[in-house]
Amino acid sequence: MGQPIGASSAIASPETSDYFHAKKGILSWLTTTDHKRIGILYLGSILFFFLFAVGLGVMIRLELFSPGEQFVDSQGYNRILTLHGITMIFLFIIPSVPAVFGNFFLPILIGANDVVFPRLNLASWYFYIFGGLLALGSVSLGGVDTGWTFYVPYSSDTADNVYLPVFAAFILGWSSILTGLNFIATVHRLRAPKMTWFKMPLFVWSLYATSWIQILATPVVGITLLLILLERVLGVGIFDPAKGGDPILYQHLFWIYSHPAVYIMVLPAMGVVSEIIPVFCRKTIFGYKFIALSSLAIAGLGSLVWAHHMFTSGMADTARVIFSLLTFLVAIPSGVKVFNWLATMYKGSIKLDTPFLFALAFIFLFSVGGFTGLIQGALSTDIHIHDTAFIVAHFHYTMFGGGGLMFLAALHYWFPKMFGRMYKKAVAKVAFLFFFVGFNCLYFPLFLAGMAGMPRRYADYPVEYTVYHRFSTVGSWIMVTGILLMLGNLVYAFFKGRRAEKNPWGGATLEWTVPSPPPTHQFATDPDVSRGPYDYSDEVKDE
Amino acid sequence: MSESIAGNDPAGNGAALSAAGEVSHGMQGQKNHEGHHGGHEEHYDPVAGKIGMWLFLFTEVLLFGALFIVFAVYLFEFTWQFRQGSSELNIPMGATNTLILLTSSLTMALSIALLERGRKALATKMLNATLAFAGAFLVIKAFEWGAKFEHHIYPGSEHLLEKTKGEIVFFGLYFVMTGLHALHVIIGMGVILFAKRKMARGEINPERVLFLENTGLYWHLVDLVWIYLFPLFYLIG
Repeated sequence: MGQPIGASSAIASPETSDYFHAKKGILSWLTTTDHKRIGILYLGSILFFFLFAVGLGVMIRLELFSPGEQFVDSQGYNRILTLHGITMIFLFIIPSVPAVFGNFFLPILIGANDVVFPRLNLASWYFYIFGGLLALGSVSLGGVDTGWTFYVPYSSDTADNVYLPVFAAFILGWSSILTGLNFIATVHRLRAPKMTWFKMPLFVWSLYATSWIQILATPVVGITLLLILLERVLGVGIFDPAKGGDPILYQHLFWIYSHPAVYIMVLPAMGVVSEIIPVFCRKTIFGYKFIALSSLAIAGLGSLVWAHHMFTSGMADTARVIFSLLTFLVAIPSGVKVFNWLATMYKGSIKLDTPFLFALAFIFLFSVGGFTGLIQGALSTDIHIHDTAFIVAHFHYTMFGGGGLMFLAALHYWFPKMFGRMYKKAVAKVAFLFFFVGFNCLYFPLFLAGMAGMPRRYADYPVEYTVYHRFSTVGSWIMVTGILLMLGNLVYAFFKGRRAEKNPWGGATLEWTVPSPPPTHQFATDPDVSRGPYDYSDEVKDE
Repeated sequence: MSESIAGNDPAGNGAALSAAGEVSHGMQGQKNHEGHHGGHEEHYDPVAGKIGMWLFLFTEVLLFGALFIVFAVYLFEFTWQFRQGSSELNIPMGATNTLILLTSSLTMALSIALLERGRKALATKMLNATLAFAGAFLVIKAFEWGAKFEHHIYPGSEHLLEKTKGEIVFFGLYFVMTGLHALHVIIGMGVILFAKRKMARGEINPERVLFLENTGLYWHLVDLVWIYLFPLFYLIG
């Protein structure tokens, strides 16, 4: 690990000096402390779990293609649903953008050579893999039927093996905490000289805010999950009404973490949008400070709205009104971001390249998700749509149309930098089209089905709802085609793509000043940060 | 080393502690800029190590914080039963343990101060004293729990289930919270032992005290949690 680059080989091929080819063999990957290689480790494992969970999602849609039982009974359906949720939430969306692109690019974007605790960084990945294996292991023991929220009393009573997935979620939580800790310390300690707070790229700001949520919210769910385990093993009774406990308290503790967790999922995605839009508009970002501080505002406000998941659980009306009001307030910093992005595009020199298409789709899909969130944030309408397919549609628009989509966007934006090769842009655009059309076919009908009264988490339904479900299932086929085409295109480019230049998009942030792919030590000397991350004024003068 | 500790430590304390000791050197704007840019190697940066440790302590505070919220909710709901349950706890033993832990925090702090002044032998003795206090704490705790077990008071016991709901919850929380705290004491002892070994090898020395300081921070947190646990459980009766 400590060997200087270039000493290993005399062959002057560009491949021998980059981080990816610097060392050979599986062991060199499993023991690496290079943040870029750890990012790649995460990328491989996260894509694996993503495709696994997509497969489970397709199974859910196939079961719902027609009324009645198709190929699994209700119990089996619950287990598929639970595993889909656990995998997508804990193994895909929460770690996706921070663990892959945060690891790879956060140090580069602030002009550092690594995160501040490289070994802890690798340990986080091992925690992640350990948690992932535990989650997969629960399948071999027959699966779990509690739903990813593990609500008591069901989770403390069900005959299914709850221990493994709950412990998996606990371990994954610590992986997430340690990554967050590492990022905060890195941003505080390793910024290049003259890289002041307000010269940092907005992606870094969003990761910084996300890391704080990870550190402050995750321990609460950690102890809550431990309490479930204790409940099952010892019968302590903290959540058991027969012993004086209160199951509603579990819901509070669970959502104190899990609502902020949705901002863990979406804030980094917003950071990626803020990176992509100025590059493809050749224009400085509008309202830099507002975007940066709105990330912190979302992180702060987002920690105070958890009970809006529980409007029908039983709570004082005063509490419900307060939580509803706070929920509406979160829309303000989110709106600040959207309007700033739109203002950035205004009179920009827009180039409709693949990453930019993703960013546009994010604004559309996330707005649909956000506005439908307000419908649930309002107490009266929430009573009507609570626990219906409407909710399913809403959180897929925000989580998948937000976090998941921007994971794919970041992959297309930074792929040439990470691997030094360019994918076929025309194929990527077609794949994106499939994804976008399929996505809306898949999830939009669920809004309508939910309004019409279709409950969520049911394997069966009356014939009246068939048309919504048919539409939705066909949409899932289109969307999955898009995803497979997208990833196939990238895999092909990884092996056979044409060599990418240093700065294929013309970006102004620091990662575009180092070679593609970057060498193991990207900055031999302090990088020049005088230009600023979104400064395109020189190009305007040239024109 | 960080993985091996983290492996048998569910709270991940070891990973944060040991990795916080050695940090990479990037390009600090402030100080410690020694003109070389070895990125992926661990490098001694006490400021970053302290930041990392404090962030980790935040997570610990929130871990226990969630339990204190649970305690508050049930104290509000079952005030009188909680007082009843509290009156059955042994105040002299709890008070002795409080004194012991407070004193152990003192010896921990003294150890750091002594090492910084180059008095390694005495610093090691102070660590031994801290370990001894921690062991004494656990022994007393074990006697307390044992006495409760003898009276058939433990989670899920039939005798306990015959009591009022408030008392069931009170003793449930008592065992969960003091148990989790005791687990932290045990982990802390492991970390102190590890620090002792590092000190004996000279890896911790007057120029490099970060690991010992972080150990101290962790130990003070364990102490601090107990300072809240003691009155909440023992003194409300």
